[in-house]
Amino acid sequence: MNGLFANEDGRFAPRLSLRLRFGRLFQLLSLAAVTLGLIVLSVLILDIILNGYKWLRPEFFTEFPSRFPEKSGLRSALQGSLWMISLTALMAFPIGVGAAIYLEEYAPDNGLTRFIEINIANLAGVPSIIYGLLGLGLFVRGLELGRSVLAGSMTMALLVLPILIVSGREAIRAVPQSVRQASLALGATQWQTIQNHVLPYAMPGILTGTILAISRAIGETAPLITIGALTYIRFDLKGPLDLFTVLPIQIFNWVSLPKAEFQQLAAAGIIVLLGVLFSLNALAIVLRNKLQIRW
Amino acid sequence: MNESQHVLSTLLRPRADHDRREKLIRAVLLLFSAVSIFTTLGIIAVLLRETLLFFQEVSIVEFFTETRWTPLFASKKFGVLPLVNGTVLVAAGAMLIALPLGLLAAIYLSEYASDRARKILKPMLEVLAGVPTVVYGYFALTFVTPLLQKIWPQTQAFNALSASIVMGFMILPLVASLSEDAMSAVPQSLRQAAYALGATRFEVTLRTVVPAALSGISAAFILAVSRAIGETMIVAIAAGQQPKLTLNPLQSIETMTAYIVQVSLGDTPQQSIAYKTIFAVGMLLFMMTLMMNLISNWLTRRYREVYE
Repeated sequence: MNGLFANEDGRFAPRLSLRLRFGRLFQLLSLAAVTLGLIVLSVLILDIILNGYKWLRPEFFTEFPSRFPEKSGLRSALQGSLWMISLTALMAFPIGVGAAIYLEEYAPDNGLTRFIEINIANLAGVPSIIYGLLGLGLFVRGLELGRSVLAGSMTMALLVLPILIVSGREAIRAVPQSVRQASLALGATQWQTIQNHVLPYAMPGILTGTILAISRAIGETAPLITIGALTYIRFDLKGPLDLFTVLPIQIFNWVSLPKAEFQQLAAAGIIVLLGVLFSLNALAIVLRNKLQIRW
Repeated sequence: MNESQHVLSTLLRPRADHDRREKLIRAVLLLFSAVSIFTTLGIIAVLLRETLLFFQEVSIVEFFTETRWTPLFASKKFGVLPLVNGTVLVAAGAMLIALPLGLLAAIYLSEYASDRARKILKPMLEVLAGVPTVVYGYFALTFVTPLLQKIWPQTQAFNALSASIVMGFMILPLVASLSEDAMSAVPQSLRQAAYALGATRFEVTLRTVVPAALSGISAAFILAVSRAIGETMIVAIAAGQQPKLTLNPLQSIETMTAYIVQVSLGDTPQQSIAYKTIFAVGMLLFMMTLMMNLISNWLTRRYREVYE
């Protein structure tokens, strides 16, 4: 690059216009990188809508999967996803928020605390399929829960826990110290302060994080395949110990079938999945903008 | 008991109750935080148990040196190299897209974009990271592969390249977002000093900001590699189920993650060797990603210490 600062005879010369032209080229290049990412996203969404929209009929939501594409639907997948999400949230929310409260409000600065924090950071980077192996060994075989929706939800709860804890901590940290001091000065105990003052203010942020964690769980496929969730279910899901399938697994199943109609069904399933995820994300943004208090 | 003692004890009793309650709550919350430690221990215990059982039947030398992987066939060979080869091939291809494009995108967002443009572009880019991986698998198989077959007719229906390309774009926002964080953390004074010496914006970016943010950018790159190695659904759908030693990305291969999915979809009895192989492969995968995550976290902490 030093050639940019010299004439042909090797003497120093600023050559500013050349260097500025270089810079503009680079700016365009970096803008192109952002644009390329957005183009791929648009092509992906467009491709899926064009392939799948004509299969979005009412029966698509009420029918079980079938050998015949025209009779196939998402009934068992929707039930499974709904059960899985509810159970996951039920387990992960108290543990995640509790851990976030402990780490922000109670934890002393010692080795144990640092060890917990390193653990959480690393767990966030563990491939999701490893959680599937954990669930298979621990919940399916160890606790003998079988390939049930409960075993799947427990696996998923562990998987989303780091997301919940990190976002929960951010929300709690954003509550100003003065709120705590005022409460403590009036004689409230530490837990009363947290329960009555810190948590209500932090709740919009915590809920936003919970929604993000839930959308992660809705889209996850690999860990549930590993614990043995089925790909083809033709009965209603009645309890937490029943066999189950979920939306992304049903999509995966249709993608792997050779018939072109099933690929289109997969696209239709993806439209439903992305529709749910984008709505949840929109809800998270609204929550953040409308309810969050700016100090 | 006289009257003043009575008053005192009623005032003190709830206090003692409160103390007990406070301690109990604190203990429960500590237990909740410790779930993360139990999870890590659980992962290691489960993987280690089955892996040790696996190595009672298969020698560790064969596992790492044999060049064929056929645990599901009648003549069983247990060489993990073909699976590692597939994983590395797909991940390397994905990095060829995600690293340069992600870094360029980060440079645009951090150094060139106006505040308003950044506030719109960054969340839009992050939508890419929020799309479920099964959707990317569908896209790779039904859109990218036919496109590749038009360019190179010898492209197989399942191939490493389509998975690589799509995975690259999935990981791009992660690289962009983390690298941008690192570049935004570079103090303004460094930029001003470079400008004062007569550098153009391009030179400030490439010769001052990027080198100053290098540990953060490396952390982002390593995390991206780790994510690519652990990615499952894209390769399970689009890259095939043929473990082989090849560097040809147009061929069908199998990654470590895709193998775990393949076995899980079949009905493998718990005592079978096939069941144990997925834990052995999982253990190797876990070690590889854990090492990279630890390095990445360490690098991230380092640049934070330097500039904050």
